[in-house]
Amino acid sequence: MNLATKDIKHNLGRFSLTSAGIGLLLMIVMGMGGIYRGLVEDATLLVERIGADLWVAQKNTRGPFAEMSRIPRDLADRALVVPGVETSFGFISYTIQRSYKGKPLRLTLQGLDWPADRGLWLPIAAGRSLGQAHYEMVADITSGLQVADKLKLGKNFFTVKGLTKGMTSPSGDSMVFMTLTDAQAVQYDMSPESIRIERIARVNRLFNIDLGQIQPQLSERASGLSSGIPALGTSMISAVLVRVKPGYNIEAVAKQIEAWPDVSVYTEQGQKQLLLKGIVERSRRQLGLFRRLLIMVSAIIMALILYTLTLDKLHDIAMLKLIGARNSVILGLIMQQAILLGCIGFCIAYLLGQWIFPYFPRRVVLVRGDLYSLAIIVFVISILASLLGVWRAMRADPGEVLA
Amino acid sequence: MSRSNDNIALQAAGLTKIYGSGHTEVVAVRDVSLSVSRGEIVALLGPSGAGKTTLLTLLGLIRPPNTGRILIDGTLVFDNHQAQVDVRRFRRQKFGFVFQKANLIPFLTAVENVRLAMEIDDQPAKVSRRRSMELLDYLGVAERAEYLPSKLSGGEQQRVAVARALANHPSLILADEPTAALDSVRGRQVMELFVKVAHEQSAGVIVVTHDHRALDVFDRTLEMEDGQLRRSGT
Repeated sequence: MNLATKDIKHNLGRFSLTSAGIGLLLMIVMGMGGIYRGLVEDATLLVERIGADLWVAQKNTRGPFAEMSRIPRDLADRALVVPGVETSFGFISYTIQRSYKGKPLRLTLQGLDWPADRGLWLPIAAGRSLGQAHYEMVADITSGLQVADKLKLGKNFFTVKGLTKGMTSPSGDSMVFMTLTDAQAVQYDMSPESIRIERIARVNRLFNIDLGQIQPQLSERASGLSSGIPALGTSMISAVLVRVKPGYNIEAVAKQIEAWPDVSVYTEQGQKQLLLKGIVERSRRQLGLFRRLLIMVSAIIMALILYTLTLDKLHDIAMLKLIGARNSVILGLIMQQAILLGCIGFCIAYLLGQWIFPYFPRRVVLVRGDLYSLAIIVFVISILASLLGVWRAMRADPGEVLA
Repeated sequence: MSRSNDNIALQAAGLTKIYGSGHTEVVAVRDVSLSVSRGEIVALLGPSGAGKTTLLTLLGLIRPPNTGRILIDGTLVFDNHQAQVDVRRFRRQKFGFVFQKANLIPFLTAVENVRLAMEIDDQPAKVSRRRSMELLDYLGVAERAEYLPSKLSGGEQQRVAVARALANHPSLILADEPTAALDSVRGRQVMELFVKVAHEQSAGVIVVTHDHRALDVFDRTLEMEDGQLRRSGT
């Protein structure tokens, strides 16, 4: 005869409510762990998906994610001639905030070096990847955008051609992919008035320098399009992504590029470390701490619940002792309930989490290893928490029944 | 009733129980000696505070005496305050307890309450199931076997408690005011039940009671006052 299950059956309502309470508590612990994992995964997601061996950024910067990096676009061509380099793409990344259907919409724009990079590596959940050089984009599903939606960015409308799943930036914003040229157009978009003012200012600046005095013809061009003045320099991008040929040592290629005085080079692992130790470090530590605190709070709450449940049964426990029940019978009654409470609570937490976590604003990633760890922790907590009740039960005086 | 050493369920000699010390010292039981044979039913009378329940806790091996010896079925159990055996095992194998309230485990049915006493003594489930039904039948509550205690009347609960007390063929049944919560008719029925149990199950029975209306059922009456046995009668 199992006393624990008999007692539970008799007090099913109370036990169910208690289990539900523990389940909710554990769901928060589970969710916190999932957010922690999500944060780490989000931080390194793009770096992993892109799969570049080397990230070439502006000299002395930790770009392009940890801090702003600006390098000329033609640096991709320079990188391509380095022995061992298989491909090199320009890359741009920045965050914008717009209003869409009356709601704020934060997007992290990623510029892909069309046509070499068409975003075929993107995890497309609906629609397709980029199919032309301009005015198309692929958005993450978390942005709320749908395939065929049109969004005005800069002076142009961009049509959503595909949706990705799980592509969010380290700060949790939805990623949007478009061609590098379009991304630059959006980034450097200026109002017509700003352009006019800049052209006038440019002419004035020209006359203040020797070049303007020597070559007055330049003033005609200075008042025109920027692209009409080669001397103004090439357009800027965030980074160059390099893939190394098979058989070549990545570190050796990195060293060669690093020798250039205008760039810093990071391996994929180095870039990940920059993200983890930089952007998300504080949040990661905060979440980790909060998670540990929650586990401790859960342990205390479970101990109090089990202690209260034991107190309710103290007379019965005294009676059991009086009629000669061994301590193991009493121990079994309390501990089996504690473990059952923990197990049911864990299952409730998991099932409820599966249902609720997708609606969390941040991505919650439940890793199997974390779930196993939490299950073991809950098991240990259940046993430890029941010790308070066991201690009280062991002190129950069988003589109390006579009193 | 004739007595022989083989037939004696309980022997207690010079039992003294003292609570507290110094100024707060209370001698609850003072130098009490008694013996109860199998099949004998003894009433323990006395005013409140006389030490009846304390004596019952000593005889039931619930608390150790400060001095004195207790023998159950000829086995020395307590020599002064030193237990000579595993008292909890002795309690489940040699004793049956009945109280003013039935003290049934509320989440177990009547039959499970009886079975529990046997199962904690490692008796096989099949045996315990059969014997518990036999006992409930013997005590006239077999038809209420599957009911929880909350669904039983006070008298039925006491019968189940008696069945539980009998489960392990005890040598001695200790009852502390078992009829206090019952009306006179049901109280008398319970007392007669103890007589039946004592005689048919061959168990010694000690009943602490205030109910003088049912004293005629007892083989012997003992009266306590100020922690001492004053008189005894038959």
